[in-house]
Amino acid sequence: MSILVNKETKVITQGITGSHGLFHTVAAMEYGTEVVGGVTPGKAGTMVEGVPVFNTVADAVHETGANASVIYVPPPFAADAIMEAVDAEIPLVICITEGIPVLDMVKVKHYMRGKKTRLIGPNCPGIITPGECKIGIMPGYIHTPGPVGVVSRSGTLTYEAVWQLTTREVGQTTCIGLGGDPVNGTNFIDVLALFEKDPATEAVLMIGEIGGTAEDEAARFIRDNMTKPVAAFIAGQTAPPGKRMGHAGAIISGGKGTAAEKIATLEECGVKVAKSPADMAETLLSIYKP
Amino acid sequence: MNIHEYQAKQVLRGFGIKVPRGEICFHAAAAREAAKNLGDGPYVVKAQIHAGGRGKGGGVKVVKTVDEVKKAAEKMLGMQLITHQTGPEGKIVRRVYVEEGCNIARELYVSLLIDRATSKVTLMASAEGGMDIEEVAAKTPEKIFKEAIDPTVGMTGFQARRMAFRLGLEKKQVGQAVQFFQNLYAAFLAKDCSLVEINPLVVTGEGDIMALDAKLNFDDNSLYRQPDIRALRDYDEEDVNEIDASEHDLSYISLDGNIGCMVNGAGLAMATMDIIQLCGGSPANFLDAGGGATREKVTAAFKIILGDPQVKGILVNIFGGIMKCDIIAQGIIDAVNEVQLTIPLVVRLEGTNVEKGKELLKNSGLNIIAAEGMTDGAQKIVKAVGGTGV
Repeated sequence: MSILVNKETKVITQGITGSHGLFHTVAAMEYGTEVVGGVTPGKAGTMVEGVPVFNTVADAVHETGANASVIYVPPPFAADAIMEAVDAEIPLVICITEGIPVLDMVKVKHYMRGKKTRLIGPNCPGIITPGECKIGIMPGYIHTPGPVGVVSRSGTLTYEAVWQLTTREVGQTTCIGLGGDPVNGTNFIDVLALFEKDPATEAVLMIGEIGGTAEDEAARFIRDNMTKPVAAFIAGQTAPPGKRMGHAGAIISGGKGTAAEKIATLEECGVKVAKSPADMAETLLSIYKP
Repeated sequence: MNIHEYQAKQVLRGFGIKVPRGEICFHAAAAREAAKNLGDGPYVVKAQIHAGGRGKGGGVKVVKTVDEVKKAAEKMLGMQLITHQTGPEGKIVRRVYVEEGCNIARELYVSLLIDRATSKVTLMASAEGGMDIEEVAAKTPEKIFKEAIDPTVGMTGFQARRMAFRLGLEKKQVGQAVQFFQNLYAAFLAKDCSLVEINPLVVTGEGDIMALDAKLNFDDNSLYRQPDIRALRDYDEEDVNEIDASEHDLSYISLDGNIGCMVNGAGLAMATMDIIQLCGGSPANFLDAGGGATREKVTAAFKIILGDPQVKGILVNIFGGIMKCDIIAQGIIDAVNEVQLTIPLVVRLEGTNVEKGKELLKNSGLNIIAAEGMTDGAQKIVKAVGGTGV
């Protein structure tokens, strides 16, 4: 078992003919992901890597039965691409694109209300269920199937955490990168609830960073709703206020969203927090034996 | 991106928002001239730097005569203005804004920002204007009022009105305030702001509503479609290294320590800074080299890190996913040769083709200290720069 994606997932790529979209689509296919098609407006009727290209997401869904879409469309057009996928009622949309204007995402979030789609990202590495389905830009080989769910706001730091688990022979059910933008689709709580319900997930590793209050809300959710052990790490203990640390969402503003605050809240709520990023897996293993 | 107060007021004026008349000046003589043009005093001379808290640091002066304006401008121009937002070294004042004085009856606080919890633009206001709003929020949160704005409908009349009444404005000012809030929202949307802050918003003795100060921040992701705003960027206000980095598509923030860091990915970059400190060292910067660590990018990154004279050693921490470690290693070797690196360099590589990458570094003949894992890397660089470690 796993959450959100598995070997039944049929994926289309929006922006499949772009260099990024193509590169990662090929990598996903090599991993074993069932990619059934792609969308690039004006390129319908052509084939890419053995799969058909369509002008619209609606056409692609109609012809292929896709139930997930991954978006590599450039930032000025990415918000529209998300809304097109939502309109086509694709259950799961993963937006990898980095640099989407925040006000565009405010509109997207509003557009999605009451619709059937779950959005992951934008500005995220994607989602992977090891051995079954990889959607996104993460290196597949660092993952291995197993009992731990991983959820994170960052990219390479997630790889680091996953690698720490894998090298200790602890596999993962599903690993999800939520992305580093202030307005995004899926948050920690959504994923934690799914991990809690998933019978295969026995424990969760959560990786947050400075900025916003998502980790604090997650902490309270864990305290009130989760029976499975959760360990966490918060990046940015040394980050100065008022500076954007790469991610648009990773900024301490108005004295709020510091790592110290988040760590304190998590610990109060019974979450074991790793002091060092080198100890993420060890910290989880100190409260959970696979 | 940030802009100066006088630029923010200019932008807001374009949206029908009332601000005091004023002129930007680069010399004291011009400041006197500007005051003369404004008519009778009093005048306000305001240092223009990208930081708040200027009043307490001596960056805002209310004076009566044009000669006093000149004197105040002379004192401010060229000074190192230190506020709680500038850091201990302060910022050099290169321009002053000379404004007409204003008869203040009440001071309020108003801002627009994107509330992450609701994913909506939110109007926030308080009757406690002029104060440190963070303090108000912490001590008396009930004194801060909020209205979340529907992105399709925009700020409705009733929301703006409700806010005006909550602030205790008088009947004749409510109409003005509603217009003010709606204009502010129009500016926020049109210019892709991430924050609009008016502190204080004043009610004048004449009963008018006016923005006495203005702070505008912009969403960096949107600057591609905001050429007018891009043109307002003041490079003097930014760290030279940070400007250089942005031109190479690197994300760089300079810090106080002596260990330069080069990392791929923002989260891992922050985590690397953290582990350096845990091991008893102090990071000199945040640097996210992004996904594609090419030779050009690595070289540019090294040059930027070395541009900080405090840097005594560099830690490279790369988790090669899509980018293969052997290619990254070659990039590092080429960059070290090109910049003729003389300070200690610790490299921690992990990920695709890591063995090949390590082999390349080992056989390069260069003085590169290899590290196994993040802790080892941090300990080695802390030791190399002469730190005691923990």
